[in-house]
Amino acid sequence: MPRHRSARSAALGATVRRDPTTSLNPRGAGVLRRRLVVGVLVVLALVLISLTFRSGSDGSLGGAQSFGASVLRPFAVGVERVAQPFRDAYDWVDSLFTARSEAERLREEVRELRQRAIQNEFARQQAESLRLLLKYVEGPRFPDDFRGIAAEVITRPTSAFTQAVVIAVGTRHGVQVNDPVVTPDGLVGLVTRVTDDTARVQLLTDQQLAVPALDLRTGAPGIVRHARGTRETLVLDRVRKEERVRRGDELVTAGWRANEFSSLYPKGIPIGDVTSVGQTDTDLYQQVQVDPYVDFGSLDAVLVLVPLDRRT
Amino acid sequence: MTAGTALRAGAVVFFAALFQAAIVSSLSIAGGTPDLLLVVVVSLGLVRGSVAGAVLGFVGGLVVDLLTLETLGVTSLVLTLAGFWAGRYAETTARGRRLPVVLAVGVMTVLAGFFGFALHYMLGDEVVARHALVTTLVPAVVLNVLIALPVHALVRAVVGERSGFEPTREVELVV
Repeated sequence: MPRHRSARSAALGATVRRDPTTSLNPRGAGVLRRRLVVGVLVVLALVLISLTFRSGSDGSLGGAQSFGASVLRPFAVGVERVAQPFRDAYDWVDSLFTARSEAERLREEVRELRQRAIQNEFARQQAESLRLLLKYVEGPRFPDDFRGIAAEVITRPTSAFTQAVVIAVGTRHGVQVNDPVVTPDGLVGLVTRVTDDTARVQLLTDQQLAVPALDLRTGAPGIVRHARGTRETLVLDRVRKEERVRRGDELVTAGWRANEFSSLYPKGIPIGDVTSVGQTDTDLYQQVQVDPYVDFGSLDAVLVLVPLDRRT
Repeated sequence: MTAGTALRAGAVVFFAALFQAAIVSSLSIAGGTPDLLLVVVVSLGLVRGSVAGAVLGFVGGLVVDLLTLETLGVTSLVLTLAGFWAGRYAETTARGRRLPVVLAVGVMTVLAGFFGFALHYMLGDEVVARHALVTTLVPAVVLNVLIALPVHALVRAVVGERSGFEPTREVELVV
């Protein structure tokens, strides 16, 4: 029989004949056995999958599986114990490689958590400030003819040359130039510039600001302004020598009114305490130093006082 | 295959399954885990033929499924086909090739990964394709290929190579 080079000719060639009387040759039997074995195993695996899938862990196969697992468990435990030192060694080596990245990850996490803690603290402080503002607005010390617009302080004095802050309300909220700004502690300053959504507040510590005030105890009038050469010290100027002012007196805004004109500041807003009183023979007025109630360095939220009769 | 050889091959598969279930599966290297049992089964298929590879793959998979209490038969089915195909590869086209075990292990790892994913998907298991087929499979292929040569040498030393491989002269057609 000629040797065929191709499968096609081997299969289809007319010269190839099989003797029907002979059984499968050994090689054919091997092929059959091979296919039989793998077929049986595949079918067996599929049967196992089907039975396990359908009966779950409660079925008879689940019981058999549990039994098998129990039988094999000592072997697994033994292998586990034998391999434990090697596993520890592997973990040790692996930790050397991963320690640096792990440390960097933890450092990043600490940074993130610190940032979040700072944000939470800011939020808490802001909530506390707003709570105090609300309490002040609803309290008896709040001026009757005004309504308060709460505003967050968004920028603070950037240098020693400016004594002003910017707050997050503007004309859109009804704020105008010359509106007084307060906190529950006392007078903060005056709105000197306003945009749609922000306003610049000149602080009481600015040299250009002057506020008519009076001694709450004696009614002695004067003008509160910034003391030259200091940062946050105020003085009560223009207090005549015959007026009685003493240390510890509380100063409030005067709030005068003359015909259609009136003070920019409502009457009775606290300003500060008198810390010292002095006079010389040559001076026309007393030298009264004032410690403001407001901490101008830590302003978070303020109230802009808007007259009730203003048309927006 | 003699009884002694079968016993040794069975022991190799048994301990490979134990190591795989108890130790190797907990190793994570570059996001992947080597499959010692698959490498052993492929290696056994290469040295002992397709029938032995299929049977030993079935047994090894059964041991793993018993130990891990997974769905019985899934690992058996995958490893049965892997051992069978590795054996057929050795019986047909692997002769004359350099490092057939490396090629067989690499290809079988990929095929077993895809086939296992398909099986688990059909059984309703929640498997993320990207994780199963990319994130873990790629490093697994590399790891399996890396351990293929030493494992194959060990398997060949313990079990011995089958001497009676019949060279296939012509392509068989089943009519």
